[in-house]
Amino acid sequence: MAKKLMKGNEAIGEAAIAAGAINYFAYPITPQSEVAEYMTWRLPEVGGVFVQAESEVAVGNMLLGAASTGKRVFTTSSSPGISLMMEAISYMAGDHLPVVIVNITRGGPGLGGILPAQSDYFQAVKAGGHGDYHSIVLAPASVQEAVDLMILAFDLADTYRTPVIVMGDGMIGQMMESVEFPEKYHDPVNPETKDWPLTGAKGRKPRVIKSLFLDPKLLEKNSFDLAAKYAVIKAKEVRHELYKVSNKNRILITAYGTMARICQTAIDELEEEGISAGLFRPITLYPFPEKEIYQEAAKKNIEAILTVEMSMGQMIEDVERFIKGTKPIEFYGRTGGIVPTPNEVKDKVRQMLGAGK
Amino acid sequence: MLIDNDVIFSRTKGLTENITHYCPGCTHGVIHRLVSEVLVELGVQDRTVGVAPVGCSVLAYNYYAVDFVEAAHGRAPATATGFKRVRPDMVVFTYQGDGDMASIGMGEIVHAANRGEKFTTIFVNNAIYGMTGGQMAPTTLPGHKTTTCPQGRDVTVVGYPIRMVELLSGLRTPAYLARVSVHSPMHIVAAKKAIRRAFQLQLEGRCFSLVEVLSTCPTNWGITPTAATKWLADNMIDYYPLGIYKDPDQEVG
Ligand SMILES: Cc1ncc(C[n+]2csc(CCOP(=O)(O)OP(=O)(O)O)c2C)c(N)n1
Ligand code: SF4
Ligand SMILES: [Mg+2]
Repeated sequence: MAKKLMKGNEAIGEAAIAAGAINYFAYPITPQSEVAEYMTWRLPEVGGVFVQAESEVAVGNMLLGAASTGKRVFTTSSSPGISLMMEAISYMAGDHLPVVIVNITRGGPGLGGILPAQSDYFQAVKAGGHGDYHSIVLAPASVQEAVDLMILAFDLADTYRTPVIVMGDGMIGQMMESVEFPEKYHDPVNPETKDWPLTGAKGRKPRVIKSLFLDPKLLEKNSFDLAAKYAVIKAKEVRHELYKVSNKNRILITAYGTMARICQTAIDELEEEGISAGLFRPITLYPFPEKEIYQEAAKKNIEAILTVEMSMGQMIEDVERFIKGTKPIEFYGRTGGIVPTPNEVKDKVRQMLGAGK
Repeated sequence: MLIDNDVIFSRTKGLTENITHYCPGCTHGVIHRLVSEVLVELGVQDRTVGVAPVGCSVLAYNYYAVDFVEAAHGRAPATATGFKRVRPDMVVFTYQGDGDMASIGMGEIVHAANRGEKFTTIFVNNAIYGMTGGQMAPTTLPGHKTTTCPQGRDVTVVGYPIRMVELLSGLRTPAYLARVSVHSPMHIVAAKKAIRRAFQLQLEGRCFSLVEVLSTCPTNWGITPTAATKWLADNMIDYYPLGIYKDPDQEVG
């Protein structure tokens, strides 16, 4: 299919349609309201459903009902809205329901600001709602990758019957880039091919979708079932990307999403100065590429790790956990909508190497 | 004339064989029966999805012989909206208590009704939080004693009980809104008629429909089942008048 120049937010909406997800529920919030505006005219063309809900609390619970049909359903929102969906996300995890939630993250806490941030890592990766559960978390670094990961998100949600969060930031949402969609769009899922959706108890026993288990043995079993599912996800679905990683690197930078692209620029410029650094970019934040980061960090040539985030330091806690003390680790971050520049990253690397400015 | 082995009363196919967990004298069971009879009579049982609330009736899916999804507390109308919009060919109903709907779920019910969502809500008003052990509900009557208002509901501090059907009647969007009771056989017959009309209108794709059913909670009212039906008749109906409040065939203003 020919490449198209598209804004990230609109590309995300189109990607859902390409994945056969034509059931969309949302509440307006900057910086991603363009998705709803796009879906308003685009979904009717494909016979889809869009409900502008009264709140993100309602969005989450509409998704729960909609996902119970077995069809592909999704929402897009930004940080404060995602907080309100945490109730339903916890329920949907407990219910084993497939759903895709896009968080075009903005600065927090509280109402925060409307500019890009990565300060929702903890919320997305460490459950966010109550109970023993995880969502799969995907972090695109470009508009094209946002499209590809949206399509992957629906496949993962269906395969594992789990919530999947696509975490972009305001930059991904607003950026215009050229993108390519699949030649053939995914057909909407036929619920009759599955053994769990609520399709009406015709010629079969009634089905129940629930997360309440008053018998502790059964509740523990549900948690065991979830844990078993996460073990498979960890074994099969970890994704990451390396940039200019070589045995000449002295520093290994870890960053995700658009922050990783800024770090690439810093790495290119450092290279010209004769400083070699590589980039480790997790694409799945959950499951985190734990073995992979350990291996890269453990390499002899790596003197230290630098984690760069648009936050006060959240992913760094996982990086620290997974490199198991093999190397010193430092952090550089800006937040509140301020994005670290390549120069700031370069200064930090030089400082770590004792090279001054 | 009846011959000995003529069946004049039997379990409806709409219910499973499970014994309910409801307290003796609780009318949740009666309401379950009415709803399932209507689903069977309308021939829609095999394309119906129920949405269970959080409250004493959270386990409703153990008793109704239809597909069920369990909602978060108060959110059943949002969950039902999501389902029905994706599967308009199916019949969807929520079954909710008064704490569930009139307190934590007030936003969801008002907006679902206002959008005119084509599902049916069975609203079971027993004027108390049953499941959590008898706390004050937004529907608890003035002066009625509960564990969180042991001196009786003081309307100068917590306001008056919310009349949901009247409140929803204020919305301009067409709807079917009725209040019924199940404290006597005569009232049970009328209740079933309203429930039937509510589902019929859903089947015709006409409007949102809600039937408020006044119900007993002998356990948390702290009285016997017989005293509870009497208490309902003597106290609740005055504050919560029975009747059809809105019907799409008799639209006003
Ligand atoms: C978010 C949340 N808050 C509180 C509760 C606890 N809770 C369970 S049932 C209930 C009240 C139910 O009362 P009502 O809806 O009137 O139903 P009844 O039991 O009287 O039929 C409450 C407060 C909960 N489960 N979830
Ligand atoms: S506590 Fe009240 S509402 Fe709950 S089952 Fe018992 S009588 Fe019914
Ligand atoms: Mg109650």
